[in-house]
Amino acid sequence: MENHFEAGIENLRQQLLLMASHAEKLVNEAVQALMQRDHDLALRAKANDHMLDQFEIEIDELAIQLLTKAPLATNLRLVTVAMKISQNLERIGDEATKIAKRARDLSQEPPVKITLDLPRMAALALAMVKDALDSFVHRDSAAARTIIPRDKEVDALNKQIHAALVEHMVENPDTIARCLHWIVAAKSLERIADHAKNIAEEVVYLCEAQDIRHPAVKAV
Amino acid sequence: MAETLTPKLVPKEISAASAPTAAPFIEIEGVSLYYGASRALKNISVHLEEKVVTAFIGPSGCGKSTLLRCLNRMNDLIDGVRIEGSIKIGGHDIYAKDVDVIELRKRVGMVFQKSNPFPKSIYENVAYGLRLHGVKAKSDLDTRIEESLQQAALWEEVKDRLHSSALGLSGGQQQRLCIARAIAIKPEVILMDEPASALDPIATARIEDLILDLKKYFTIVIVTHNMQQAARISDHTAFFYIGELVEFASTTKIFTNPAQKRTEDYVSGRFG
Repeated sequence: MENHFEAGIENLRQQLLLMASHAEKLVNEAVQALMQRDHDLALRAKANDHMLDQFEIEIDELAIQLLTKAPLATNLRLVTVAMKISQNLERIGDEATKIAKRARDLSQEPPVKITLDLPRMAALALAMVKDALDSFVHRDSAAARTIIPRDKEVDALNKQIHAALVEHMVENPDTIARCLHWIVAAKSLERIADHAKNIAEEVVYLCEAQDIRHPAVKAV
Repeated sequence: MAETLTPKLVPKEISAASAPTAAPFIEIEGVSLYYGASRALKNISVHLEEKVVTAFIGPSGCGKSTLLRCLNRMNDLIDGVRIEGSIKIGGHDIYAKDVDVIELRKRVGMVFQKSNPFPKSIYENVAYGLRLHGVKAKSDLDTRIEESLQQAALWEEVKDRLHSSALGLSGGQQQRLCIARAIAIKPEVILMDEPASALDPIATARIEDLILDLKKYFTIVIVTHNMQQAARISDHTAFFYIGELVEFASTTKIFTNPAQKRTEDYVSGRFG
Protein backbone atom coordinates (compact mmCIF):
# COMPACT_ATOMS: atom_id res chain seq x y z
CA MET A 1 0.00 0.00 0.00
CA GLU A 2 1.44 3.40 -1.00
CA ASN A 3 2.04 5.94 1.75
CA HIS A 4 0.21 8.84 0.10
CA PHE A 5 1.34 11.38 2.65
CA GLU A 6 5.03 10.53 2.23
CA ALA A 7 4.53 10.63 -1.54
CA GLY A 8 3.06 14.13 -1.16
CA ILE A 9 6.05 15.26 0.91
CA GLU A 10 8.43 13.87 -1.72
CA ASN A 11 6.50 15.64 -4.47
CA LEU A 12 6.82 18.93 -2.58
CA ARG A 13 10.56 18.38 -2.18
CA GLN A 14 10.97 17.60 -5.88
CA GLN A 15 9.02 20.69 -6.93
CA LEU A 16 11.17 22.84 -4.68
CA LEU A 17 14.36 21.36 -6.14
CA LEU A 18 13.06 22.02 -9.63
CA MET A 19 12.23 25.61 -8.70
CA ALA A 20 15.68 26.01 -7.14
CA SER A 21 17.44 24.81 -10.28
CA HIS A 22 15.41 27.30 -12.38
CA ALA A 23 16.24 30.13 -9.98
CA GLU A 24 19.93 29.30 -10.03
CA LYS A 25 19.92 29.14 -13.85
CA LEU A 26 18.08 32.47 -14.07
CA VAL A 27 20.57 34.24 -11.79
CA ASN A 28 23.50 32.76 -13.73
CA GLU A 29 22.06 33.92 -17.06
CA ALA A 30 21.25 37.42 -15.80
CA VAL A 31 24.75 37.89 -14.36
CA GLN A 32 26.35 36.48 -17.49
CA ALA A 33 24.27 38.84 -19.66
CA LEU A 34 25.36 41.78 -17.49
CA MET A 35 29.06 40.92 -17.51
CA GLN A 36 29.25 39.97 -21.17
CA ARG A 37 26.91 42.71 -22.43
CA ASP A 38 24.81 39.95 -24.01
CA HIS A 39 21.54 41.53 -25.13
CA ASP A 40 19.88 38.29 -26.31
CA LEU A 41 20.73 36.41 -23.12
CA ALA A 42 19.35 39.33 -21.09
CA LEU A 43 16.05 39.14 -22.98
CA ARG A 44 15.83 35.34 -22.52
CA ALA A 45 16.54 35.60 -18.79
CA LYS A 46 13.95 38.35 -18.37
CA ALA A 47 11.33 36.24 -20.16
CA ASN A 48 11.78 33.31 -17.73
CA ASP A 49 10.86 35.02 -14.47
CA HIS A 50 7.19 33.96 -14.67
CA MET A 51 8.24 30.32 -14.24
CA LEU A 52 9.38 31.01 -10.69
CA ASP A 53 6.13 32.84 -9.93
CA GLN A 54 4.24 29.78 -11.12
CA PHE A 55 6.40 27.48 -8.99
CA GLU A 56 5.81 29.63 -5.93
CA ILE A 57 2.05 29.34 -6.33
CA GLU A 58 2.19 25.58 -6.95
CA ILE A 59 4.48 24.92 -3.98
CA ASP A 60 2.21 26.93 -1.68
CA GLU A 61 -0.79 24.91 -2.90
CA LEU A 62 1.04 21.63 -2.30
CA ALA A 63 2.19 22.79 1.13
CA ILE A 64 -1.31 23.87 2.14
CA GLN A 65 -2.73 20.52 1.01
CA LEU A 66 -0.11 18.77 3.14
CA LEU A 67 -0.80 21.04 6.13
CA THR A 68 -4.46 19.98 6.09
CA LYS A 69 -3.14 16.50 6.82
CA ALA A 70 -1.38 17.89 9.89
CA PRO A 71 2.24 16.83 9.37
CA LEU A 72 4.43 16.67 12.46
CA ALA A 73 8.12 16.67 13.42
CA THR A 74 10.50 16.72 10.41
CA ASN A 75 7.60 16.71 7.95
CA LEU A 76 6.07 19.77 9.63
CA ARG A 77 9.39 21.60 9.44
CA LEU A 78 9.88 20.59 5.81
CA VAL A 79 6.47 21.89 4.75
CA THR A 80 6.87 25.26 6.48
CA VAL A 81 10.46 25.61 5.30
CA ALA A 82 9.44 24.74 1.72
CA MET A 83 6.99 27.65 1.68
CA LYS A 84 9.66 30.05 2.92
CA ILE A 85 12.36 28.79 0.59
CA SER A 86 10.06 29.05 -2.41
CA GLN A 87 9.26 32.63 -1.48
CA ASN A 88 12.98 33.42 -1.28
CA LEU A 89 13.56 31.72 -4.64
CA GLU A 90 10.79 33.78 -6.19
CA ARG A 91 12.41 36.96 -4.85
CA ILE A 92 15.78 35.78 -6.19
CA GLY A 93 14.01 35.46 -9.55
CA ASP A 94 12.69 39.03 -9.25
CA GLU A 95 16.19 40.33 -8.55
CA ALA A 96 17.63 38.32 -11.44
CA THR A 97 14.99 39.85 -13.69
CA LYS A 98 16.01 43.33 -12.54
CA ILE A 99 19.62 42.50 -13.38
CA ALA A 100 18.53 41.16 -16.78
CA LYS A 101 16.66 44.41 -17.53
CA ARG A 102 19.71 46.49 -16.60
CA ALA A 103 21.90 44.13 -18.67
CA ARG A 104 19.55 44.60 -21.61
CA ASP A 105 19.74 48.42 -21.36
CA LEU A 106 23.48 48.55 -20.65
CA SER A 107 24.24 46.29 -23.62
CA GLN A 108 22.75 48.99 -25.90
CA GLU A 109 24.94 51.76 -24.42
CA PRO A 110 28.71 52.37 -24.56
CA PRO A 111 30.54 50.77 -21.61
CA VAL A 112 31.30 52.92 -18.55
CA LYS A 113 35.06 53.27 -18.14
CA ILE A 114 35.37 52.25 -14.50
CA THR A 115 36.81 49.21 -12.77
CA LEU A 116 34.31 47.68 -10.38
CA ASP A 117 34.60 44.59 -8.22
CA LEU A 118 31.26 43.46 -9.58
CA PRO A 119 32.49 40.13 -11.01
CA ARG A 120 33.71 39.15 -7.55
CA MET A 121 30.46 40.28 -5.96
CA ALA A 122 28.44 38.32 -8.54
CA ALA A 123 30.61 35.23 -8.02
CA LEU A 124 30.11 35.45 -4.24
CA ALA A 125 26.34 35.89 -4.53
CA LEU A 126 26.01 33.06 -7.06
CA ALA A 127 28.12 30.75 -4.89
CA MET A 128 25.94 31.59 -1.88
CA VAL A 129 22.78 30.67 -3.83
CA LYS A 130 24.33 27.44 -5.07
CA ASP A 131 25.69 26.44 -1.66
CA ALA A 132 22.42 27.29 0.12
CA LEU A 133 20.49 25.09 -2.31
CA ASP A 134 23.08 22.31 -2.02
CA SER A 135 22.78 22.44 1.77
CA PHE A 136 19.02 22.00 1.35
CA VAL A 137 19.46 19.05 -1.02
CA HIS A 138 21.90 17.34 1.33
CA ARG A 139 20.18 18.54 4.52
CA ASP A 140 23.56 19.76 5.65
CA SER A 141 23.08 22.30 8.40
CA ALA A 142 26.83 22.69 9.03
CA ALA A 143 27.28 23.77 5.41
CA ALA A 144 24.24 26.06 5.69
CA ARG A 145 25.73 27.76 8.75
CA THR A 146 28.94 28.60 6.84
CA ILE A 147 26.93 30.50 4.20
CA ILE A 148 25.44 33.03 6.63
CA PRO A 149 28.55 35.12 7.45
CA ARG A 150 29.44 35.35 3.73
CA ASP A 151 26.54 37.77 3.28
CA LYS A 152 28.55 40.48 5.06
CA GLU A 153 31.28 40.27 2.41
CA VAL A 154 28.70 40.85 -0.32
CA ASP A 155 27.22 43.79 1.61
CA ALA A 156 30.68 45.35 1.93
CA LEU A 157 31.36 44.96 -1.79
CA ASN A 158 28.02 46.55 -2.60
CA LYS A 159 28.86 49.58 -0.47
CA GLN A 160 32.27 49.84 -2.10
CA ILE A 161 30.80 49.61 -5.63
CA HIS A 162 28.08 52.11 -4.75
CA ALA A 163 30.65 54.63 -3.49
CA ALA A 164 32.84 54.16 -6.57
CA LEU A 165 29.87 54.70 -8.90
CA VAL A 166 28.71 57.80 -7.03
CA GLU A 167 32.20 59.26 -7.31
CA HIS A 168 32.31 58.41 -11.01
CA MET A 169 28.92 60.06 -11.60
CA VAL A 170 30.07 63.26 -9.90
CA GLU A 171 33.11 63.40 -12.14
CA ASN A 172 31.35 62.19 -15.30
CA PRO A 173 27.77 63.43 -15.29
CA ASP A 174 27.18 62.05 -18.81
CA THR A 175 27.44 58.52 -17.37
CA ILE A 176 24.79 58.98 -14.68
CA ALA A 177 22.10 56.94 -16.44
CA ARG A 178 24.48 54.02 -17.05
CA CYS A 179 25.99 54.20 -13.56
CA LEU A 180 22.49 54.04 -12.06
CA HIS A 181 21.90 50.80 -13.96
CA TRP A 182 25.07 49.40 -12.36
CA ILE A 183 24.00 50.59 -8.89
CA VAL A 184 20.66 48.81 -9.29
CA ALA A 185 22.36 45.64 -10.59
CA ALA A 186 24.79 45.62 -7.65
CA LYS A 187 21.93 46.16 -5.20
CA SER A 188 20.08 43.22 -6.78
CA LEU A 189 23.14 41.01 -6.30
CA GLU A 190 23.28 42.11 -2.69
CA ARG A 191 19.58 41.17 -2.28
CA ILE A 192 20.20 37.80 -3.94
CA ALA A 193 22.88 37.10 -1.33
CA ASP A 194 20.37 38.11 1.40
CA HIS A 195 17.87 35.58 0.07
CA ALA A 196 20.57 32.90 -0.09
CA LYS A 197 21.32 33.63 3.56
CA ASN A 198 17.60 33.35 4.39
CA ILE A 199 17.48 29.97 2.66
CA ALA A 200 20.53 28.81 4.63
CA GLU A 201 18.81 29.85 7.88
CA GLU A 202 15.73 27.83 6.87
CA VAL A 203 17.94 24.80 6.17
CA VAL A 204 19.36 25.09 9.69
CA TYR A 205 15.80 25.14 11.05
CA LEU A 206 14.85 22.16 8.90
CA CYS A 207 17.82 20.11 10.12
CA GLU A 208 18.21 21.25 13.72
CA ALA A 209 14.83 22.80 14.62
CA GLN A 210 16.82 25.87 15.73
CA ASP A 211 15.60 29.28 14.65
CA ILE A 212 18.83 31.21 14.09
CA ARG A 213 17.30 34.26 12.45
CA HIS A 214 17.66 37.67 14.07
CA PRO A 215 20.15 36.75 16.81
CA ALA A 216 20.06 40.35 18.11
CA VAL A 217 16.32 40.07 18.85
CA LYS A 218 16.82 36.82 20.75
CA ALA A 219 19.65 38.27 22.80
CA VAL A 220 17.31 40.95 24.21
CA MET B 1 8.84 -1.48 45.93
CA ALA B 2 11.71 -1.12 43.47
CA GLU B 3 14.81 0.40 44.99
CA THR B 4 16.68 1.16 41.78
CA LEU B 5 15.17 4.10 40.01
CA THR B 6 15.86 5.24 36.47
CA PRO B 7 16.95 8.88 36.01
CA LYS B 8 14.05 11.27 36.15
CA LEU B 9 12.78 12.45 32.84
CA VAL B 10 11.85 16.08 32.91
CA PRO B 11 10.50 18.15 30.03
CA LYS B 12 13.25 19.75 28.00
CA GLU B 13 13.13 22.99 26.08
CA ILE B 14 9.89 24.08 27.62
CA SER B 15 8.59 27.37 26.31
CA ALA B 16 8.51 30.37 28.60
CA ALA B 17 4.72 30.10 28.76
CA SER B 18 4.97 26.71 30.41
CA ALA B 19 8.32 26.88 32.12
CA PRO B 20 8.37 24.64 35.18
CA THR B 21 8.33 26.64 38.36
CA ALA B 22 6.83 24.42 41.00
CA ALA B 23 8.03 21.10 42.34
CA PRO B 24 6.62 18.06 40.52
CA PHE B 25 3.09 17.26 41.60
CA ILE B 26 2.83 13.69 40.38
CA GLU B 27 6.05 11.73 40.92
CA ILE B 28 6.15 8.38 39.17
CA GLU B 29 9.31 6.50 40.12
CA GLY B 30 10.46 3.18 38.68
CA VAL B 31 6.93 1.93 38.06
CA SER B 32 6.53 -1.49 36.52
CA LEU B 33 3.17 -3.21 36.18
CA TYR B 34 2.56 -6.89 35.56
CA TYR B 35 -0.61 -8.58 34.34
CA GLY B 36 0.31 -12.03 35.70
CA ALA B 37 3.66 -12.78 34.10
CA SER B 38 3.31 -10.16 31.39
CA ARG B 39 5.07 -6.84 32.08
CA ALA B 40 2.89 -4.02 30.74
CA LEU B 41 4.90 -1.10 32.15
CA LYS B 42 8.68 -1.18 32.32
CA ASN B 43 10.36 0.89 34.99
CA ILE B 44 8.61 4.18 34.22
CA SER B 45 9.94 7.30 35.93
CA VAL B 46 8.41 10.64 35.12
CA HIS B 47 7.42 13.76 37.00
CA LEU B 48 4.26 15.67 36.06
CA GLU B 49 3.66 19.27 37.01
CA GLU B 50 0.72 20.81 38.75
CA LYS B 51 -1.95 22.60 36.70
CA VAL B 52 -0.59 21.67 33.33
CA VAL B 53 -2.03 19.29 30.77
CA THR B 54 0.16 16.27 30.15
CA ALA B 55 -0.70 14.02 27.21
CA PHE B 56 0.18 10.33 27.12
CA ILE B 57 0.54 9.13 23.53
CA GLY B 58 1.62 5.92 21.89
CA PRO B 59 0.31 3.02 19.83
CA SER B 60 -2.33 0.64 21.21
CA GLY B 61 -0.92 -1.59 23.90
CA CYS B 62 1.95 0.77 24.76
CA GLY B 63 0.83 1.10 28.39
CA LYS B 64 -0.40 4.70 28.38
CA SER B 65 -3.90 3.87 29.71
CA THR B 66 -2.43 1.38 32.15
CA LEU B 67 -0.17 4.08 33.60
CA LEU B 68 -3.07 6.54 33.69
CA ARG B 69 -5.11 4.03 35.67
CA CYS B 70 -2.23 3.59 38.12
CA LEU B 71 -2.69 7.22 39.11
CA ASN B 72 -5.98 6.56 40.89
CA ARG B 73 -5.40 2.86 41.53
CA MET B 74 -8.01 1.73 39.05
CA ASN B 75 -5.77 -1.24 38.26
CA ASP B 76 -6.36 -2.53 41.82
CA LEU B 77 -9.70 -3.75 40.53
CA ILE B 78 -8.07 -6.14 38.03
CA ASP B 79 -7.11 -9.62 39.23
CA GLY B 80 -3.49 -10.60 38.87
CA VAL B 81 -2.11 -7.06 38.58
CA ARG B 82 1.13 -6.36 40.45
CA ILE B 83 2.75 -2.95 40.64
CA GLU B 84 6.35 -2.06 41.57
CA GLY B 85 7.84 1.37 42.12
CA SER B 86 6.21 4.37 43.71
CA ILE B 87 3.73 7.05 42.76
CA LYS B 88 3.35 10.19 44.81
CA ILE B 89 0.71 12.80 44.28
CA GLY B 90 1.20 16.05 46.13
CA GLY B 91 3.99 14.38 48.08
CA HIS B 92 1.84 11.46 49.31
CA ASP B 93 2.56 7.88 48.29
CA ILE B 94 -0.76 6.74 46.84
CA TYR B 95 0.18 3.07 47.20
CA ALA B 96 1.01 3.39 50.91
CA LYS B 97 -0.81 0.86 53.10
CA ASP B 98 -2.87 3.44 54.97
CA VAL B 99 -4.25 5.11 51.83
CA ASP B 100 -8.03 5.21 51.57
CA VAL B 101 -8.63 4.43 47.90
CA ILE B 102 -12.05 6.09 47.92
CA GLU B 103 -10.45 9.26 49.26
CA LEU B 104 -7.69 8.97 46.63
CA ARG B 105 -10.27 8.77 43.84
CA LYS B 106 -11.87 11.91 45.23
CA ARG B 107 -8.52 13.65 44.80
CA VAL B 108 -7.88 12.03 41.43
CA GLY B 109 -11.01 12.00 39.28
CA MET B 110 -11.41 10.21 35.98
CA VAL B 111 -13.26 10.73 32.71
CA PHE B 112 -13.54 7.78 30.36
CA GLN B 113 -13.63 7.31 26.60
CA LYS B 114 -17.32 6.52 26.56
CA SER B 115 -19.45 8.93 28.51
CA ASN B 116 -21.08 7.02 31.37
CA PRO B 117 -23.73 9.15 33.05
CA PHE B 118 -25.87 7.41 35.64
CA PRO B 119 -29.43 6.69 34.47
CA LYS B 120 -30.62 9.58 36.61
CA SER B 121 -31.35 13.25 36.12
CA ILE B 122 -28.65 15.75 35.18
CA TYR B 123 -28.88 17.19 38.70
CA GLU B 124 -28.58 13.80 40.38
CA ASN B 125 -25.57 12.85 38.29
CA VAL B 126 -23.58 15.73 39.72
CA ALA B 127 -25.17 15.48 43.18
CA TYR B 128 -24.24 11.80 43.52
CA GLY B 129 -20.55 12.27 44.28
CA LEU B 130 -21.20 15.32 46.41
CA ARG B 131 -23.65 13.42 48.62
CA LEU B 132 -21.20 10.54 48.85
CA HIS B 133 -18.67 13.00 50.20
CA GLY B 134 -21.01 14.46 52.78
CA VAL B 135 -22.66 17.43 51.09
CA LYS B 136 -26.27 17.13 52.21
CA ALA B 137 -27.92 20.56 52.39
CA LYS B 138 -29.95 21.35 49.27
CA SER B 139 -28.66 24.90 49.06
CA ASP B 140 -25.06 23.64 49.17
CA LEU B 141 -25.84 21.00 46.57
CA ASP B 142 -27.53 23.55 44.30
CA THR B 143 -24.56 25.88 44.51
CA ARG B 144 -21.96 23.22 43.87
CA ILE B 145 -23.97 21.69 41.02
CA GLU B 146 -24.40 25.02 39.27
CA GLU B 147 -20.72 25.82 39.81
CA SER B 148 -19.62 22.46 38.38
CA LEU B 149 -21.93 22.68 35.38
CA GLN B 150 -20.71 26.23 34.75
CA GLN B 151 -17.09 25.08 34.94
CA ALA B 152 -17.86 22.21 32.58
CA ALA B 153 -19.44 24.72 30.14
CA LEU B 154 -22.76 22.89 30.27
CA TRP B 155 -24.86 25.13 32.54
CA GLU B 156 -26.37 27.31 29.81
CA GLU B 157 -27.52 24.24 27.87
CA VAL B 158 -29.09 22.36 30.79
CA LYS B 159 -30.13 24.94 33.42
CA ASP B 160 -33.79 24.67 32.39
CA ARG B 161 -33.89 20.89 32.44
CA LEU B 162 -31.76 19.87 35.40
CA HIS B 163 -34.26 17.23 36.41
CA SER B 164 -34.50 15.61 32.99
CA SER B 165 -32.68 12.35 32.35
CA ALA B 166 -28.97 12.71 31.62
CA LEU B 167 -29.40 10.00 28.99
CA GLY B 168 -31.33 12.51 26.85
CA LEU B 169 -28.24 14.65 26.37
CA SER B 170 -26.07 14.45 23.26
CA GLY B 171 -22.79 12.52 23.40
CA GLY B 172 -20.74 15.69 23.82
CA GLN B 173 -23.08 17.01 26.51
CA GLN B 174 -22.96 13.67 28.33
CA GLN B 175 -19.17 13.80 28.33
CA ARG B 176 -19.21 17.35 29.69
CA LEU B 177 -21.68 16.16 32.35
CA CYS B 178 -19.18 13.45 33.31
CA ILE B 179 -16.52 16.16 33.59
CA ALA B 180 -18.91 18.24 35.75
CA ARG B 181 -19.50 15.17 37.91
CA ALA B 182 -15.74 14.64 38.24
CA ILE B 183 -14.95 18.26 39.14
CA ALA B 184 -17.90 18.71 41.52
CA ILE B 185 -15.98 17.00 44.31
CA LYS B 186 -13.01 19.31 43.67
CA PRO B 187 -10.31 16.82 42.76
CA GLU B 188 -6.68 17.88 42.39
CA VAL B 189 -6.07 15.75 39.33
CA ILE B 190 -8.34 14.78 36.45
CA LEU B 191 -7.41 11.75 34.40
CA MET B 192 -8.94 11.55 30.94
CA ASP B 193 -8.81 8.40 28.84
CA GLU B 194 -9.53 9.43 25.24
CA PRO B 195 -12.39 11.68 26.37
CA ALA B 196 -13.30 12.92 22.90
CA SER B 197 -12.64 9.91 20.71
CA ALA B 198 -16.33 9.10 20.30
CA LEU B 199 -17.38 12.70 19.61
CA ASP B 200 -17.89 14.72 16.44
CA PRO B 201 -15.45 17.58 15.66
CA ILE B 202 -17.64 20.29 17.20
CA ALA B 203 -18.22 18.39 20.45
CA THR B 204 -14.50 17.53 20.45
CA ALA B 205 -13.57 21.20 20.11
CA ARG B 206 -15.80 22.05 23.09
CA ILE B 207 -14.17 19.36 25.22
CA GLU B 208 -10.73 20.61 24.19
CA ASP B 209 -11.61 24.22 25.05
CA LEU B 210 -12.98 22.99 28.35
CA ILE B 211 -9.73 21.14 29.13
CA LEU B 212 -7.76 24.33 28.44
CA ASP B 213 -10.08 26.24 30.82
CA LEU B 214 -9.90 23.58 33.51
CA LYS B 215 -6.11 23.45 33.70
CA LYS B 216 -6.24 26.71 35.64
CA TYR B 217 -7.70 24.71 38.51
CA PHE B 218 -6.69 21.10 38.00
CA THR B 219 -3.73 18.98 36.97
CA ILE B 220 -4.85 17.09 33.88
CA VAL B 221 -3.43 13.92 32.41
CA ILE B 222 -4.97 12.83 29.14
CA VAL B 223 -4.52 9.72 27.02
CA THR B 224 -5.18 10.37 23.37
CA HIS B 225 -4.63 8.67 20.05
CA ASN B 226 -5.16 11.96 18.27
CA MET B 227 -1.78 13.63 17.74
CA GLN B 228 -3.35 16.94 16.77
CA GLN B 229 -5.46 16.87 19.91
CA ALA B 230 -2.35 16.37 22.01
CA ALA B 231 -0.70 19.22 20.11
CA ARG B 232 -3.70 21.51 20.64
CA ILE B 233 -4.31 21.00 24.34
CA SER B 234 -1.28 19.65 26.14
CA ASP B 235 1.74 21.44 27.57
CA HIS B 236 3.86 18.33 27.97
CA THR B 237 3.72 15.04 26.13
CA ALA B 238 4.98 11.59 27.05
CA PHE B 239 5.43 9.01 24.31
CA PHE B 240 5.16 5.35 25.29
CA TYR B 241 6.08 2.29 23.27
CA ILE B 242 5.60 -1.33 24.35
CA GLY B 243 5.50 -0.45 28.02
CA GLU B 244 8.44 1.95 27.95
CA LEU B 245 8.50 5.70 28.29
CA VAL B 246 10.47 6.66 25.18
CA GLU B 247 10.39 10.43 25.47
CA PHE B 248 8.92 13.12 27.69
CA ALA B 249 9.24 16.78 26.75
CA SER B 250 7.28 19.91 26.04
CA THR B 251 4.56 19.21 23.49
CA THR B 252 6.10 21.70 21.07
CA LYS B 253 9.38 19.83 21.21
CA ILE B 254 7.75 16.42 20.77
CA PHE B 255 5.78 17.56 17.73
CA THR B 256 8.40 19.70 16.00
CA ASN B 257 11.72 18.15 16.97
CA PRO B 258 11.49 14.91 18.94
CA ALA B 259 14.82 13.64 20.26
CA GLN B 260 14.08 9.96 19.68
CA LYS B 261 13.66 8.34 16.27
CA ARG B 262 10.80 6.17 17.58
CA THR B 263 8.91 9.31 18.62
CA GLU B 264 9.57 10.94 15.23
CA ASP B 265 8.35 7.81 13.43
CA TYR B 266 5.22 7.55 15.56
CA VAL B 267 4.13 11.20 15.38
CA SER B 268 4.84 11.20 11.64
CA GLY B 269 2.49 8.24 11.23
CA ARG B 270 5.19 5.77 10.18
CA PHE B 271 3.97 3.17 12.65
CA GLY B 272 1.26 2.67 15.21
